[in-house]
Amino acid sequence: MEQPSELLERFARGDLDAFESLFRQFQGDVFRWIVRIVRERGAAEDLTIETFWRIHRAHARFDPERNFAAWARRIATNTALDYLKVARREVELPEDLPDLRSSALGDPGVQRDVRERVSKAFGELPAKLRVTATLALIEEEPYQEIADALGISVGAVKLRVFRAVRLLRKQLKQLGVEP
Amino acid sequence: MNHQNDDDKIRQLLKQNIRPVSQALERDLWPHMLRRLEERPAAVPWFDWALAAVVVLSIILVPSTIPMLLYHL
Repeated sequence: MEQPSELLERFARGDLDAFESLFRQFQGDVFRWIVRIVRERGAAEDLTIETFWRIHRAHARFDPERNFAAWARRIATNTALDYLKVARREVELPEDLPDLRSSALGDPGVQRDVRERVSKAFGELPAKLRVTATLALIEEEPYQEIADALGISVGAVKLRVFRAVRLLRKQLKQLGVEP
Repeated sequence: MNHQNDDDKIRQLLKQNIRPVSQALERDLWPHMLRRLEERPAAVPWFDWALAAVVVLSIILVPSTIPMLLYHL
């Protein structure tokens, strides 16, 4: 069996067979990471291919001594971020929104309404805050892993989470949802 | 402390209302990747274009460089 370092060296030299081996080995990991960020399976498949396309184009810049999985995850995160910047999810809500603070939250209709409002508020977050909030608050990824994937410090991740929470609270209040 | 409570409440609200997604990749994407590789040949780096421009300009401005360029081909 081929040593990973040999495989990575061949990939860095532009060997298509090495690229295919790496694709087959890491496509699942890259897809899982992206789908957790964008929350749509179809889009995540397309973005997985886009990520590997970027990886393929950047092969000459890859240092075989580096960790391929971490490099691929960083590129995947940027690819997902670029997607979210242009594909903001639009959730249509009626003009006269009733205040849900005092409503019967056990009612399935009300629950659906709350879900739509939370989705709308979340979808309106700036892409950088949304990615960070998704990974930190929904997926509960360690801050260090988020920092590595985004190429920023742990402090910057904490700041983004803080800003995302503050914005979400404000938007949810406007939509009649009190957390 | 207050920030922690805020985080926890928002975290709970998001987890309850943002639907989970299945994270398993259910098909091999390599055939799609191959198609993509065939569709879009690798872009020519900018310095290759710059080099080509220098060669063309030198042929136009200093035609005496043509034999030298032919020699190096």
